[in-house]
Amino acid sequence: MTTPPAPAAPLLSAHRLAFSRNDEPVFGPLDFSLGSGETVLVEGDNGSGKTTLLRVLAGMLPPGTGEIHFHGEPASRDSRNGRVLWLGHRAGMNEALSARENLGFLAGLYGARGGMTAATAMERVGIAAWIDEPVRTLSAGQKKRAGLARLLLLQGDIWLLDEPYANLDRRGIGLVNALIAEHCASGGGALVTSHGAVRFADPRARHIRLDA
Amino acid sequence: MDSTAQSMTGDRIACRATGVRANAAGACIALLRRDFVLAWRRRGELFLPLLYAVIVTALFPFALGPDPELLARIAGGVLLVIVVLAMLPALESMFRADLDDGTLEQWLLAPQPLALLALTRVIAHWLTTVLPLIIVMPLLGALMNLPVKVLPVLIVTLLLATPLLVLLGAVLSALAAGARRSGILLALMLLPLAVPVVIFAAGAIAGAQSGMPYIAPLTWLAAALVMAIVLAPLACAAALRIAVES
Repeated sequence: MTTPPAPAAPLLSAHRLAFSRNDEPVFGPLDFSLGSGETVLVEGDNGSGKTTLLRVLAGMLPPGTGEIHFHGEPASRDSRNGRVLWLGHRAGMNEALSARENLGFLAGLYGARGGMTAATAMERVGIAAWIDEPVRTLSAGQKKRAGLARLLLLQGDIWLLDEPYANLDRRGIGLVNALIAEHCASGGGALVTSHGAVRFADPRARHIRLDA
Repeated sequence: MDSTAQSMTGDRIACRATGVRANAAGACIALLRRDFVLAWRRRGELFLPLLYAVIVTALFPFALGPDPELLARIAGGVLLVIVVLAMLPALESMFRADLDDGTLEQWLLAPQPLALLALTRVIAHWLTTVLPLIIVMPLLGALMNLPVKVLPVLIVTLLLATPLLVLLGAVLSALAAGARRSGILLALMLLPLAVPVVIFAAGAIAGAQSGMPYIAPLTWLAAALVMAIVLAPLACAAALRIAVES
């Protein structure tokens, strides 16, 4: 090969992306990209469409207009699945099963990161003692931490985090920032929504402002 | 040029993600294991359909009077209907909990075919809620004075008809998952689909009871089952995507 390698395509890019519900525009049109090692913060008031934007990117809602690309490929199940990890308002864990059982099942679906087990991930987020308790008995903040353990355990380089700071105490907020920083340092990228009450750690993080 | 860049990106990801790769078979096994553990935690709930079937069967001789010949004549059809009714309530909740707690969102983004996960869920559901009903069939047959020679045909019929009903029920359950109080809705939607299944199943049992050939209705059931195994998971996956969207 004599030609120099082309610059790698961004992990995720959106072009003229807009979404409408019942002909009411929810957000957009937006243009942005998420490169390797980058964090993009989506800010806006309640009801400004932050969650909707993330759901559209995750393929859980069809985009109204515009294009989404993953690694330079048009968004499809093949280009998205296995690369995107989603942390939403709901924990994604069965309440009757323990965190270990839930994480073990999801690791079977997604594949686990090298050197990571459910136990090490739960230890990293500070709730190792609750690993065998039914998720039902965990507090809202602990459930959120269990969701963070899922991000640590599963394979996927694009993190779509919807209000990851909700229900967390001060140290939990620091933990989220540390995990995002580590993830970006290892070549991943994160798109994070916030209603603006929490200061974001990474000063280089780019912002997308949504207005209701 | 563009494809080179993409393949290089792909290689880099493959290098970094040196973990346990997920494959479809492993995902199905993980889902089966999870559903079995969950079923064991809720074994009290799973016991209810069984209890229902036994109680209803035990009531029939009291309601109809102790006429062994009458019981033997209607036993096959009665047991068939009892099994269908006993498995109906559990169908509603096949995907409900996963939709409510966000597990379905995780299914959708997993690098696995959603239809395969749906089929695995159907298998787990059938094994945990319907198979016990078929296992107690000799007992129920005895309560209804079912002729011994008909029992094997009844069991084979149920082994073909019940997975078919669960597959149909899974599609409807996925469609109705987003709706509140979908139990009645599901029963109403399943009824017209269940009628042909019950007709062929009853045909096989009646044939065995009267000494007539019963292979034809059984092969019809088997053919419908094969078709449902292929098509129902695809419809189920589409319905689940809609359920997560709304």
